[in-house]
Amino acid sequence: MAHYAPGENYLNSPPGLWSWLSTVDHKRIGIMYLWSILFFFLIGGLMALLVRIELLTPKQTIMTAEQYNQVFTLHGAIMVFLFIIPSVPAALGNFVLPLMLGAKDVAFPKVNLMSLYIYWTGALMAVGAIVLGGIDTGWTFYTPYSTSTGGAVSLMTLAAFVLGFSSILTGVNFIATIHKLRAPGMGWFQLPLFIWSMYATALIQIMATPVLAITLLLLFMERVFHIGIFDPKLGGDPVLFQHFFWFYSHPAVYIMIVPGFAIISEIIPTFSKKTIFGYKAIAFSSVAIAIVGFLVWGHHMFVSGQSTLAGAIFSFLTFLVAIPSAVKVFNWLATMYRGSIDLRAPMLYACSFLLLFSIGGLTGLYLGAMSVDVHLHDTYFIVAHFHYVMMGGTVIAFLGGLHYWWPKMFGRMYNERLAAIACALVFVGFNVTFFTQFVLGSRGMPRRYYNYLDQFQPLHAFSTYGSWILGAGLFLTAGYLLATFRKPMDAPANPWGGKTFEWETQSPPITHNFDFDPVLLHGPYDYRPAKPRENEPVAH
Amino acid sequence: MNQSLTDVDSHGEHHADHSHDSRLQHHFATFEQQFDAAKLGMWLFLGTEILMFGGLFVGFALQQAAHPEAFVAAHHHLDKKMGALNTVVLLLSSFTMVMAVHKAKQAKRAAMTAYLLVTLACAGTFMVVKFFEYQHKFHEGLLPGAFYKVQHIGEVPNQFIFFSFYFMMTGLHGIHVLIGMILITWLVIKGRTGAFDGKWYTPVDLVGLYWHLVDLIWIYLFPLLYLIT
Repeated sequence: MAHYAPGENYLNSPPGLWSWLSTVDHKRIGIMYLWSILFFFLIGGLMALLVRIELLTPKQTIMTAEQYNQVFTLHGAIMVFLFIIPSVPAALGNFVLPLMLGAKDVAFPKVNLMSLYIYWTGALMAVGAIVLGGIDTGWTFYTPYSTSTGGAVSLMTLAAFVLGFSSILTGVNFIATIHKLRAPGMGWFQLPLFIWSMYATALIQIMATPVLAITLLLLFMERVFHIGIFDPKLGGDPVLFQHFFWFYSHPAVYIMIVPGFAIISEIIPTFSKKTIFGYKAIAFSSVAIAIVGFLVWGHHMFVSGQSTLAGAIFSFLTFLVAIPSAVKVFNWLATMYRGSIDLRAPMLYACSFLLLFSIGGLTGLYLGAMSVDVHLHDTYFIVAHFHYVMMGGTVIAFLGGLHYWWPKMFGRMYNERLAAIACALVFVGFNVTFFTQFVLGSRGMPRRYYNYLDQFQPLHAFSTYGSWILGAGLFLTAGYLLATFRKPMDAPANPWGGKTFEWETQSPPITHNFDFDPVLLHGPYDYRPAKPRENEPVAH
Repeated sequence: MNQSLTDVDSHGEHHADHSHDSRLQHHFATFEQQFDAAKLGMWLFLGTEILMFGGLFVGFALQQAAHPEAFVAAHHHLDKKMGALNTVVLLLSSFTMVMAVHKAKQAKRAAMTAYLLVTLACAGTFMVVKFFEYQHKFHEGLLPGAFYKVQHIGEVPNQFIFFSFYFMMTGLHGIHVLIGMILITWLVIKGRTGAFDGKWYTPVDLVGLYWHLVDLIWIYLFPLLYLIT
């Protein structure tokens, strides 16, 4: 076993920019992913603020209708493809997953680095599409509009195609790692629940993304060679595009939210100092969501001429997803019950998640009911719904995870008081912005509209004010997190009293993760008083 | 699949101290673990390939159901003999690939190289035949979508959709054949220095799996495109 000098860790050894760009260390790749996605979170967030400012008044406020179409499209495309999808798996997951398994790296470190470069290539192409004419189709690229409009749609579809490969490679890597690189003694039911959710996510990534790849390729061909597969003018079928697109993109919603579950399942036991309630129920519910999630895509097409029978089946299957989701929420609550709850920043985010995700999930049932959806389809109600799931769920969980593992990643503690204030601002700002949109949508305000009736103006203005509070909270977060780099490393190995492997190595870890060979001696959430158990392996 | 590895182990060539063999990556404990991980990863990747082609198959089925006469009329333009020849060539190449993997496992360098070269020759033959088929269609104007040039009186409409799928499917498959040829060439070059033996022949095995998938997709494409009734 190599020996390490004090103060030596994966961040500073070996030094130099090239050592980072050519690294195969999963932690460094995770960190490079992290800065990349945070950059795009900033860009996508600024675009969101611009959209809200434009909607402050009816008609033109700060931009033309064409600019508005491009800004909301790029907000959606950037947030989905460049921020949320890679946020938890590729950034936090890359860093944490091998550590949690007690492994030295992911199964295929070079493939891991390749996925990062593919991501960067796709990101450059997406930025290129923005610079070279923009896109105004919405992130869904629906045909026939997307095959007839101008701008850089072709380049953007190729960018999403390339980004999909990066996502597939991460998924393949994680599944192989979880199967083959668990520490001795770590069976499937001793895995941290983060791993179970990552496994479910990776399954969806490798099963859904290839279909998006071929769909985008066909769309690209349709634009360039007019192949007549989606274009109705040439005998093609535009609804086929919707089927293909949502066959990927509805599971993709679970690629985005299941990693959120992953983080919450870690934070809640750690800050409740209590064994997780219903381990197997939470583990299997992740897999159940991954499977059922493949069978519900038709609920995006209730008004696209789909048969009523198919609609009814999709509607029923959509309701089914609520069951494993609720299983998780109730198990987390039961974990907190009579726990010793410590309201540090990660736990504040986890509590926010429970409330916001519950609202997001329950409003999904409204939209899954066909007759209600006919009225709410393409209104602000759906905008509010998916922001409650994607931002109130995934992004809040991501922020919780960022605060949870920040000391592990960078060896530095942040200002706890500022973190609490920022979390409160985010929570309040988020609800002011998006709860208002439920009201707007139920009153008939259509989504993606540039102009609107005067009667909607007070609610639109209220939503815009909320976006400023939300923005203030996020900028404050960026401020105090970046400020931690101005002081020396002060984080202990295990600041929160976590029980999983990543807390057993120093903060930040050494390049090879552990200076000992990890062997599992207790469960991932074993907060019971120390006493020997019957089924516990004997310590070496 | 690990029979040979275990055999090597039992013959004592495989010692507890792995740090001297640079082919074992630092994060794996044993060659067996490394091999199993690589193989699992490859199978998952092949699964994504099948799903990607699956999208095209679904699209083809739907469009064929929408324009059945057009698809039947259009497929008469394809040369069944050329397609059958290519099927035979690819099936042969799959056999030689299996033999190459087998010889790599036995560390028989010359035999492995020979089998790989035959596989490469088969792949090359496939591409040459495909080239002539494409050339014929370009000449006749049997092209996808807006580039379709054939205009006869009484012609069944919408035949170009068939050619859209034909070129998408065989084109994507052809790209996979080309990638396979690059990978096999790489194996030949790497294998010349005796890099593969019973303990470590992972790249040969993985390229072999990939090559079988390429073959398998063609086995589905041939009846789908050439033998419509």
